[in-house]
Amino acid sequence: MDHAIVCKELYKRYEDGKKKAVDALNGLNLTIRTGECFGLLGPNGAGKTTTVEILEGLIAPTSGQVEVLGVRWGTGQDQELRERIGITLQETRFQEKLKVWEVLALFRSFYVHGMTVEQAIATVALEEKANSWVRDLSGGQRQRLAVATALVGEPELLFLDEPTTGLDPQARRRLWDVIRDLRERGRTALITTHYMDEAEKLCDRVAVIDHGKVIAEGSPNQLISQLGGEHIIEFSLEKADGISIQLSDFLKLTSVIHAVQEAEGFLLTVGQPHIAIPAVLEFLDQQQARLNSLTTRHVNLEDVFVSLTGRYLRDE
Amino acid sequence: MNSFAPVLQLVICNLKGFLREPEAIFWTYGFPLLMVIGLGIAFSGSSAQSVQFDVIEGPAAQQVVAAIGKDPGFKVKVNARDEAMTRLRTNRTLVVVDPSGDGTYQYFFDPSNPESKAARSAVDDALQRAAGRKDAFTSKEVKVQAPGSRYVDFLVPGLIGMNIMGGGMWGIGFTLVDMRIKKLLKRLLATPLRRPHFLLSLVGMRLVFFIPEAFFLLLSAYLIFKVPIRGSIFAISAVAFLGSLAFSGLGLLAASRAQRIETISGIMNLVMLPMWLCSGIFFSSERFPDFMQPMIQALPLTQVINALRAVILEGHSLFSQATPIGILLAWAAVSFTLALKWFRWG
Repeated sequence: MDHAIVCKELYKRYEDGKKKAVDALNGLNLTIRTGECFGLLGPNGAGKTTTVEILEGLIAPTSGQVEVLGVRWGTGQDQELRERIGITLQETRFQEKLKVWEVLALFRSFYVHGMTVEQAIATVALEEKANSWVRDLSGGQRQRLAVATALVGEPELLFLDEPTTGLDPQARRRLWDVIRDLRERGRTALITTHYMDEAEKLCDRVAVIDHGKVIAEGSPNQLISQLGGEHIIEFSLEKADGISIQLSDFLKLTSVIHAVQEAEGFLLTVGQPHIAIPAVLEFLDQQQARLNSLTTRHVNLEDVFVSLTGRYLRDE
Repeated sequence: MNSFAPVLQLVICNLKGFLREPEAIFWTYGFPLLMVIGLGIAFSGSSAQSVQFDVIEGPAAQQVVAAIGKDPGFKVKVNARDEAMTRLRTNRTLVVVDPSGDGTYQYFFDPSNPESKAARSAVDDALQRAAGRKDAFTSKEVKVQAPGSRYVDFLVPGLIGMNIMGGGMWGIGFTLVDMRIKKLLKRLLATPLRRPHFLLSLVGMRLVFFIPEAFFLLLSAYLIFKVPIRGSIFAISAVAFLGSLAFSGLGLLAASRAQRIETISGIMNLVMLPMWLCSGIFFSSERFPDFMQPMIQALPLTQVINALRAVILEGHSLFSQATPIGILLAWAAVSFTLALKWFRWG
């Protein structure tokens, strides 16, 4: 099978009596190939969780088609399908006074096939905490336990809904190791996140969702190269009267592809920084403007999102 | 793995969760036991309680005290008129006697309070006799305080019933809402766990818990107060389990949609309040007026308690309890069916 997930023209409308109906999904199309690690990106409220919960068979779409591992939900094969998928919800709190191994033994009992509890614990590197109560785990350890409950049935397809939200950098990195390890073993995984760096590091392909629709899709590199340049120059100027610089002036410079004015300064997308930087400096000199700061970095998915929507992910 | 492994695992996890909560254990076992001990001691004192009454201050007050003040069956206090009346209104004394001084008396009492009414008669009798009245005949009194007919004997099956109600409703309802809040229900829905297995695990949990809920109290009462256990253990278990099942159904129904602990607490109290009041935990449900009886008899707790009293105290067989059993089964069937229909995982 080539495709693990295919969904076409998904619509989901939440009606809540007196309140105005909310359209969470507006014709979402998505195809995820077998064996890839796919990232669903977007700000809060974009429709990520609604999408995964429809794919997981937890809620029904208002209209549209969904096929997961070649099966449609509600056609009498739900039970078999659930044997083949593993999920983590955005937030699950297991019983505080159960031990890690007890939680996993419980979830293991739901599946006909799967790994042993010890293997599941080892997969998420929680050996030292196997006998601890859930209550005594840190946020990152709880999240790894949640991933272990998703893995214990050895699923063909894994859904991880914002697995690293709210974790400190070290805990995030440990969880990334776990996910990378799964990818190497050829599991298909769908990860939602609003961290761009996470998607860049973990995913073979990503789809950017906004207002219930996919607005861009491809490998992280493809999306980045759609911007035309691979580097960003950010700089700010000292306050001075009588200087008027138009954004369009920058676009006339060699190798500058895109220019944005921000509150603190300017942001230029450039093809070759070693050509663009001298040109920018020369231009600023002509305008008698003095630099306050200048930095360069690689373009990331955040820049892609900003250029697609004009908004920052963090603003949401 | 056999197909019932998930049911067993869910029961084990719930059991472990419960045993690791000392507060839960106290409220389930310790509290009812303290109640039996407290009420048992209060009501099973070997000496009969004396009648409390007040006499209004005045020259004739001492005559009353002299006439019956030494009788151990009475406790008399001399008080000013206002003080005595306040004590009557606030139930601290049962009768107020106002001696006129010419050998007649006026009684103040509350006829709607059986104790007050009885006290008035007792005081009147004693004063009449002291004034020289002769009894028309001599009567003989036989005091019945044998195990099985005391208040504590009546009380214990009532408290067991109350315990089974609380255990079933809180045990199931609270657990479910807690799991819903923690998104555990949704998480379970996303596994291959079969829904009937999940419900079966709740029943299984009750199957484990009703035994200590019923027998811990019964055994304690047997050891401390010699409350008789005349029926078979099987009959008592069967009644307790059926009650447990009916209340699990009600707990499941109450929790089928509740999203918050406050909501479920409110619903639970609303459902349990009529049963606390009317089902005969502390006094017989037959004391309520006739027009209320059909409603009271239809309540599951009334039937659990009636059947428990019949099998524990009177030694009736399970087969004689067809009506309570039928009513309990009907409650279980209706509540489980409705709960399944309305149940929300998310």
